[in-house]
Amino acid sequence: MFSRLRNDFPILDTRVGESSLSYLDSGATSQKPQCVIDTFTEYYSQRNAAVHRGAHSLAVMATDAFEAGREAVADLVGGAPEQVVWTKNATEALNVVALGIDRASHGFGGEAAQRFGLGPADSIVVTEMEHHANLVPWQQLAQSTGAQLRWLPVTDAGELDLSDLESIVDETTKVFAFTHVSNVLGTINPVDTLVARARQVGALVVLDACQSVPHMPVNFVDLDVDFAAFSAHKALGPTGLGTLWGKTDLLNSLPPVLTGGSMITTVTMEDSAFMDAPQRFEAGTQPVAEVAAFTTAVNYLAEVGLKKIFDHERELAGVLLDGIAKIPGITVLGAADDRIGTVAFDVDGVHAHDVGQYLDSQGVAVRVGHHCAQPLHRRFGVTATTRASTYLYNNTEDCEQFLAALAEVRPFFGVQ
Amino acid sequence: MSTQMQQLYQQVILDHSRSRIGNAALLREGAAGPHGSSHQINPTCGDEIELETEISDDGAIAVRWSGDGCSISMASASVLSELASENSVEGMLDIEAKFHELMHSRGTIAGDEEILGDAAAFSGVSKFPARIKCALLSWVAFKDALNQAQTSLKE
Repeated sequence: MFSRLRNDFPILDTRVGESSLSYLDSGATSQKPQCVIDTFTEYYSQRNAAVHRGAHSLAVMATDAFEAGREAVADLVGGAPEQVVWTKNATEALNVVALGIDRASHGFGGEAAQRFGLGPADSIVVTEMEHHANLVPWQQLAQSTGAQLRWLPVTDAGELDLSDLESIVDETTKVFAFTHVSNVLGTINPVDTLVARARQVGALVVLDACQSVPHMPVNFVDLDVDFAAFSAHKALGPTGLGTLWGKTDLLNSLPPVLTGGSMITTVTMEDSAFMDAPQRFEAGTQPVAEVAAFTTAVNYLAEVGLKKIFDHERELAGVLLDGIAKIPGITVLGAADDRIGTVAFDVDGVHAHDVGQYLDSQGVAVRVGHHCAQPLHRRFGVTATTRASTYLYNNTEDCEQFLAALAEVRPFFGVQ
Repeated sequence: MSTQMQQLYQQVILDHSRSRIGNAALLREGAAGPHGSSHQINPTCGDEIELETEISDDGAIAVRWSGDGCSISMASASVLSELASENSVEGMLDIEAKFHELMHSRGTIAGDEEILGDAAAFSGVSKFPARIKCALLSWVAFKDALNQAQTSLKE
């Protein structure tokens, strides 16, 4: 099945110079199947209209397309359609939560929002392996409210160090935000253990699911998280669209940060009342075509099956890790068994930028740099790494093309 | 190997990236003559450099730097240090302007080796938009530090 579905992704036929393309940068953004690309044409040529306003037939069709996206996502990750909020990207989704808590801490949202209020006696806990998108907003929240920011450290094996979990996440902890899967190490974190601790102390759980939802079966209801965020573009969908998932009562009491049209019930010159989620967080014109295209992507993923995708990528991860281990001078960051097909490594004597440039000359697309995780890189004593990340359309040949090129990097730069 | 790669990673660049001229302990506040220092970061890749310039009584420029980054950024700092030891302040300002122009040429001009010395080898870099910042990192630091040194000279 996986060899056949590769044909659904036209970009994979691209030639890079004299080489075929080995696209191993899906951790940054995924490629799109033809059906997702076609949805844009189909939407704009047959269904385009403003959603949630206007009584004409096209408006109804556009609104249906927009709302069908929520149903598809809810089918994929659990919960009800109204628990699915559209945002510009996952970063915005995480900011909507952090800034909403900030507003609640400053008296917005009335009595219902007081449950979110933070002050100097409280703490926010993150981890050392967070993407900046799930770190910087919490730093800002801590600075704004006086709450203390704490974090769980990372072990040499690239796993969360849980030895001090009980003292780091304690009775003062009001928010516990962590990533499901590290975007650098590929490590899958033990969400169950972390959520259990959060429940003991009554902390809200915010899950960064950007690297999990596209690659493995994920159910937010089963995981019992309070909020979760992920992006469409990493899951075969378009750019410009993120998802904030939340428990209904929490979403309906969290103060919105983007306010204006389409999210209000009544407006007077002095004040306004807001709708319930999801509209509460969707002020202004929404990315309807993107939602339609993402719906196609989610249906595509569901049809293939996330468990099958996970197993396929685990196989590729094995090929990558075994192959890298045979090349002298390469150090992989982390060694977690519980992982997806994302592998970051350091090449002794060659900077990641130069590694990436050489691999590109051989048709291999990887990510180089700090991957928006500077503290994690500092933890491993490096400023930048090279990252290969797989997806359902990759095959063993992609991995072998990468490994053959990687073996030539140190000789090319004269490092022995 | 593609010719573009050979143009990018010319031997002179690889040599400078390995034996780096000017890569030395920083003086910090210990500099005697008019001096300046600048810290520059490339936020996209994390490359960084801290560079000091000092102008001696006879007008010679000394450059010292410490940094971490790719071969292009490190070789560029090395070449810059070598040129600084061979040129006057005015000469270096002229070279800086010409190097800047070369880096933004998208490969349309060849560097004048007479003026640019080893820095002419970076002409291939201008064809790789993602790498232009790497080549310019130390030059941005140099221009800033030299400006400070000149200001302190006038005071």
